[in-house]
Amino acid sequence: MSAATHKSSALFKSSLGKKYLMGLTGLFLISFLLVHCFVNAMVFFDRSGSLFNEYAHFMGTNIIIRIMEVVLFAGLLLHIIDGLMLYFQNRAARPQGYAYNKPNANSSWYSRSMAILGTLLLTFLIMHLAHFWVHSRFMEDNMLKQPHPDFKTDMLNLYSLMVDTFSNPIVVVIYVLAQVALAYHLLHGFWSAFQSLGLNHTKYNNAIHMAGTAFAIVIPFIFALMPIVIYLRTIGVM
Amino acid sequence: MKLNLKVWRQNNANAAGKLVDYTVDGLNPDMSFLEMVDVLNDHLVKKGEEPVAFDHDCREGICGMCSMYIDGRAHGPQHAATTCQLYLRSFKDGDTVHVEPWRSRAFPIVKDLVTDRSAFDRIIAAGGFISVNTGQARDANNLPVDKHDAEKAMDAAACIGCGACVAACPNGAAMLFVSAKISQLALLPQGQPERDLRALRMVEQMDAEGFGNCSNIGACEAECPKEIKLTNIARMNRDFLAASVGSETE
Ligand code: SF4
Ligand code: FES
Repeated sequence: MSAATHKSSALFKSSLGKKYLMGLTGLFLISFLLVHCFVNAMVFFDRSGSLFNEYAHFMGTNIIIRIMEVVLFAGLLLHIIDGLMLYFQNRAARPQGYAYNKPNANSSWYSRSMAILGTLLLTFLIMHLAHFWVHSRFMEDNMLKQPHPDFKTDMLNLYSLMVDTFSNPIVVVIYVLAQVALAYHLLHGFWSAFQSLGLNHTKYNNAIHMAGTAFAIVIPFIFALMPIVIYLRTIGVM
Repeated sequence: MKLNLKVWRQNNANAAGKLVDYTVDGLNPDMSFLEMVDVLNDHLVKKGEEPVAFDHDCREGICGMCSMYIDGRAHGPQHAATTCQLYLRSFKDGDTVHVEPWRSRAFPIVKDLVTDRSAFDRIIAAGGFISVNTGQARDANNLPVDKHDAEKAMDAAACIGCGACVAACPNGAAMLFVSAKISQLALLPQGQPERDLRALRMVEQMDAEGFGNCSNIGACEAECPKEIKLTNIARMNRDFLAASVGSETE
């Protein structure tokens, strides 16, 4: 135990440093989900899509939001890299597993499956970014330029891109399933972030758990409704 | 009463182990699990076979030696009990029961069910102590301690260092143990002078021993024979963060 071994750089190399990073980036991503969900929920209130397009236009052009977009990608990347490091280190901590094990007797399956749930979410995210982010940022789609009486001339018609994407029922099913994975990831991740940051207190634990459960159910549910509602609009049911 | 056992047999740290079938008959349901293994070993010795090596000492739930992964769980199916406090009435006549050692890179198998848990000792030696001057015992009442803190410190101090938390954790993490040992001192005035150093050194040693990382699964709390709480891990997280970021201790 040499006195000089603990430098501040050692913080994030330590097991607890990785926990803090996981919790912090997780909470940051949770805050993003909240904003993303709020903005996209505009599709419910206006079937012409112009309300949603207005919000999307603001998000796409506001300088602070654009900077946050870069921070968001950095946070996501850290969350992924940190998560992978934890996963492989934890596998190595038990080179030989039990011949007979009953993990369900002491813990929930989803708390033990954060890595696999996260991988599913990442796979979905790549598809999701290909569907929307890549189109709106880097491609000159005709659809996005579709004229609409309400639109300012430089405004992209992201709503029509949504309609086009979700007219495919297979895509809708994949999006809904991804929200199930998100719900379970959040069900463990939300309170877990607080615990990792040391925010565990008898006075507030119930509130944190309840807020986490509510968040894990409500947000993915609203997200899942979006492709469903738009699909129903395209086939004329709604 | 009869049990069909599948017991992990392994000659030494480097040998390959395997599950071996034994049937033990004529058991009394009020026997402890360890007494049942004693009976099995009697039979084995009489047949000229090598008895099953296992750790035990107090046989009253306070020393933490009796490590066995029984029927897929640390210390078996009974809640908040060590193996010596597990009775055969927890099983049904004719049950098949797996018995394995703790499995962790930091707890190498010595023989059969015996593992080397000296990693825990090294973590304690790294900082799980307080420095007190010898001399006369001080007056009991001149060091006031908040009642809640005293109780939480006592609860943390109930940890017997058995390692069931590590054994049950899917990540092989030792954070429940380390956090209990940090908390029992961090909560009391006597633990304050070395509080920062303790958090830094014990976590550092825990990482060096090759334990896994906690992801708040909670299997440790559920399987701990002394019902040590996850709140201790949160306290350790706070202490380590405060010591890393806020203190001048390196
Ligand atoms: S925290 Fe509980 S399970 Fe872990 S070593 Fe202490 S008594 Fe055993
Ligand atoms: S033998 Fe001491 S706790 Fe079981």
